[in-house]
This record gives sequence, C-alpha cells and structure tokens, in this order.
Amino acid sequence: MTSSGRKPVVDVAYPAGGAMTETASSDRAKVLNKLRFSDVSFKFLTRAAAIAVLIILSGIIISLIHGSWPALRQFGFEFLVDESWNPVTEKFGAIAPIYGTIVTSIIAMLIAVPVGLFIAMFLTELCPMFLRRPIGIAIELLAGIPSIIYGIWGLFVFAPFLQQHVQPFLITVFGPIPILNEMFAGPPYGIGVLTAGLILAIMVLPFITSISRDVFEAVPPVLKEAAYGLGCTTWEVARNVVLPFTRVGVIGGVMLGLGRALGETMAVTFVIGNAHRISGSILAPGTTISATIANEFTEAVGDIYTSSLIALGLILFIITFIVLAAARLMLMRLNARLGK
Amino acid sequence: MTMANFTVPTVSNTVASTEGLVEKITVQNLDFFYGDHRALKNINVSLYQGKVTAFIGPSGCGKSTLLRILNRMYDLYPNQRATGTVRLDNEDILSPSQDLNLLRAKVGMVFQKPTPFPMTIYENIAFGIRLYEKLPKSELDGRVQHALERAALWTEVKDKLGANGQSLSGGQQQRLCIARTVAVRPEVILFDEPCSALDPISTAKIEELIDELKEDYTIAIVTHNMQQAARVSDFTAFMYLGELVEYGETTKIFTAPNDRRTQDYITGRFG
Repeated sequence: MTSSGRKPVVDVAYPAGGAMTETASSDRAKVLNKLRFSDVSFKFLTRAAAIAVLIILSGIIISLIHGSWPALRQFGFEFLVDESWNPVTEKFGAIAPIYGTIVTSIIAMLIAVPVGLFIAMFLTELCPMFLRRPIGIAIELLAGIPSIIYGIWGLFVFAPFLQQHVQPFLITVFGPIPILNEMFAGPPYGIGVLTAGLILAIMVLPFITSISRDVFEAVPPVLKEAAYGLGCTTWEVARNVVLPFTRVGVIGGVMLGLGRALGETMAVTFVIGNAHRISGSILAPGTTISATIANEFTEAVGDIYTSSLIALGLILFIITFIVLAAARLMLMRLNARLGK
Repeated sequence: MTMANFTVPTVSNTVASTEGLVEKITVQNLDFFYGDHRALKNINVSLYQGKVTAFIGPSGCGKSTLLRILNRMYDLYPNQRATGTVRLDNEDILSPSQDLNLLRAKVGMVFQKPTPFPMTIYENIAFGIRLYEKLPKSELDGRVQHALERAALWTEVKDKLGANGQSLSGGQQQRLCIARTVAVRPEVILFDEPCSALDPISTAKIEELIDELKEDYTIAIVTHNMQQAARVSDFTAFMYLGELVEYGETTKIFTAPNDRRTQDYITGRFG
C-alpha cells in the first residue's frame, strides 16, 4: 500500500522528470528570448525618459547663462545690487524685481500657509460630513481658475476695494506705531506689493489646502484615536500628532505653493504697479522678476536689455533652486530632531 | 458566595463570585447603533476594580464596539450613538455633559496595532503627562522612567530615549504604548486585542504586564485568543451577534459554561 502510494512520486521526480524539465525549461527559454527584446527596449525607453529630464534641465540652464552673459559681463556684481532699470541709458540692475518677488511671496505664504492648514484641518477633523464635499470642490475650483482671471479681478475689483476700504484703515491704524508705519506708508494706490501678495495668497491657497488635506486624511485613524484616547483635544492631536506625521507632505505642499508664488506672472503684473523701485512701504507699487520679463520682453530692443531680462530669469531660477534646497535641508533637520 | 446583596449583571445566566469586589464600571441596558444598525443589544456587565475582564467572541460580535464605548471613542465618528447607562464610579459617562478629555485621562486605551506617536521615545511618554501636569524636567524624567519600567521597557530603551518611537520593534512599540497609557495615571485600561500583531515572546511579555498592572488598575481586554483570555483574565464575557451571552468567572466560563453557544465557541465549534 505504502510503496505503491509512493511510486508515482518517484517516477515524476527522477527518471521521466529529468527529460520533461529540460523541454519545459527550453520552452521557457524561447519565451524569455522573445521577451528579451521588449525587456531591453523597455529598459532603454525608461532610461531615455529619465535622461531627457536631465538634458532639458541642463539645456535650460546653459541657455539662461549664455543669454544673460552679455549683461552679467557688462554690469558684473552690480547687476544684483543696483536698483536702476533704465532702457534709455541701458543701465540695468535686478535688485528691485528680486525684492518684489521675495516680498510678495513672503506676504503670500504668511497668509496662505496658516489659512490653508486651518482649512485642511477643519475639513479632515471638524467639518460635518455634508459640508466636506462642497468646500473641497470649491477649493479645487479655486485652483483651476486661470491666473489671468485673478489678474482682471484683482485689478478691477480687489484693488479698488483695498484702496477704498482696507488701505486707509491700515495707514491710520499703523500710523502711530514705529517700523509698522514705515511698512504701511504712502497714499493708498490700491495696486502695489501688498495687493500682489494677497492675490498670490489666494492663488496658492488651494495648493497648500488640497495637498495638506490629502496627507491629513492619510494619517491612520488609530493613531489619532490613540492621541484622543490620552485625552488630547482636537488642537493637540492636530499639533502634536497629525502635523508631525504629515510634515513631509505638508512641506511639499507649501513648497509647491511657494514655487507658484515666486513664478506667478500674469496676475501679479496686473496688480503690482510695475515700478522698478524698492519702497519701504508694502502699499507702494513694485515689480517682480516674472512681471518685469513679461512686461518688457517685447519692447527689449538692445542686446543688453534682452540679456538683462534673461539674467533676471536666471536669478529667478536660482532663487527657486535655493528655496527647494532649503526645504530639503529643513526636512533633514526636522527628521534629525525627531530622532529618525 | 452569596450574591443576594450585590447588583450583579442582570443577564440570567451570570455566575460570578463578586463578594468584596468594587464595581468600577457598570454597564446597564446598553444599546449601540452604527447608523441604523444595532450593533449592541441590551448589554449589562460590570468591571471590577483590580480585576481583568476579558471579552471574547467571534469577529463582529461587538466586543471592540463595547470597549470603545467605555472611553467614548465612538464620539469621534458621526452616526454612531449609544443608549443606556455606563457608570464609572457612579458617574454616567454617556451623559452629554461628560468631559471627554477627562474621561479619556481616566480610561486609557491600548490598540490592536502599536500606535507610537511620530516623536522620540521620551516624548511619546512625556507628551501625555504634559497634557495634564506641568512638571519640572527632573520630575518629568522620573515619571517617564517609571512608566517605561512599569511597561518592562526601560532596560531596552534607556540608552536611546532620543530615538524615534517608530524605530522600535512591534512588541517594543506596543509596550511603549502601554507605558504611555500608564504614564497619565488612568484608573481603567482598555486593551483592544493588544497582542494580535505580535510574536509569541512579545505576547507573553504583554500578558505578564497585564497581570502586574491589574493590582493598580481595572482592566478590560478584548481578545480573539481564548488561551489568552483564560490566562490573563479573572472574569470573562462571551459575546455573540451583539449580545452578551454569558458573563462570569473565567474558570467557570471555560470549564462549565451555562450557555450552549459559549460552550460551542470555546470548544472551537464556530467563530
């Protein structure tokens, strides 16, 4: 009984099995051979796609440097610190647009980051179910509005509103306070650095909100329950558990928003006033790098003028790069502090 | 052995020697609803001070649901509601005026999966303490050490308190969560299948720990592992399809259950 039971096993495993395995493996080899070509080309295609990114990136860097070379050679380091921007005398300096770019972005982030995080927090932790979808959809729609519409709205609706109601109020309120009265000085133009910053805040808000909401939703419910289980309030859970858990995603969202704020062109051009000067007051008109380029590229006739605009582009590129690097550094230090 | 003077649970086949025991949590006529679905039906049960009560039963019978009522965790979710009374030291915790943060400080919970917070080992413990007390650093250090000692974790982590809590092994993480729960000095600790994600050695450690903790705390544990229920608990409640079928001393439930369904379950005929 036992021996006859075992016999087939032996048959399959040894004598007949050897030949069968050989045929089977050669079949497999044929199939593999056929697949080899597609496998190799797949490998090649993916690698080519990845390398293409590097080529495009370095191509852009090289053409930016090449195009800006005449201006940089003529003005040297002066270009970075000079405020004048005079097409007639062909004397150009980049500090005013750099200043405008950075200040408008700072204003935008100061407003959009806390508001965006609060909205995301509200949507994931506190919002009643029936309100979640409408608010979520509204935010996504906000992200989908073309920037030219923000520009038109900013110029015809928002700026006059600020001019008539908000800016006079700011000027009187901060008037007696030192430092702040410098920041809110001058006539209420409506358009200006502050208006551009506010428009940018509205524009980057959806990015920060929707990314933060997505990462907040990815926090395991049991982790939040554990924190609530210790007796934490919603704020304590958000502050001590949800935010640290999602910091990488949140910082990613903030950086995406900052990237948009730094590079946003159309809406800013409409409301910033396009004045090449640095004013201590954020109510005064100013300009940003991208607004300057967009405004003046068509009228840039001389080589030095064109080259100066390209040099501005190079500077914007470098600023964006520095911001990204700083974000990386910040993440690394955060992780180190949290003991990872 | 006389039961006449005690308000023991009103389930008909309850058999328990409860003489000299203090009822810490008393559940009466409790129903629980997920939307329209009635998940718990007329539950009556008491948890005794300094004892371990195990809740067993097949998946979906409502054990975890019952546990989550005891610290009102269900309150986090819409469409979930409980009716009846649950008294903690004669205070109805289901009443709307109950302060949830204070309740959860008194009734701690350890979950099925380890849930270390995204911070260092030290902070994982200190975080909970700081919610309730403002202590100088030295005292806080002492409390953290004590909590980790209580959870039998101190010797393993004392040299790396600055490491991230999530870098520990699964068993260590679960003990970290127990230490965190103990650190805020609760009166009751709820364990929701605390060992289901752990290896046998870690499981044995946690069971030992539960045995030590019961001197100071009232403990409720939900488990799928009947040997575990038999090992760690003093009282056992068998639940089936949202009902409390039988409740009594663990030895009695496992050796001479009154109800046919209890017997079928513990002998492995279903579940």
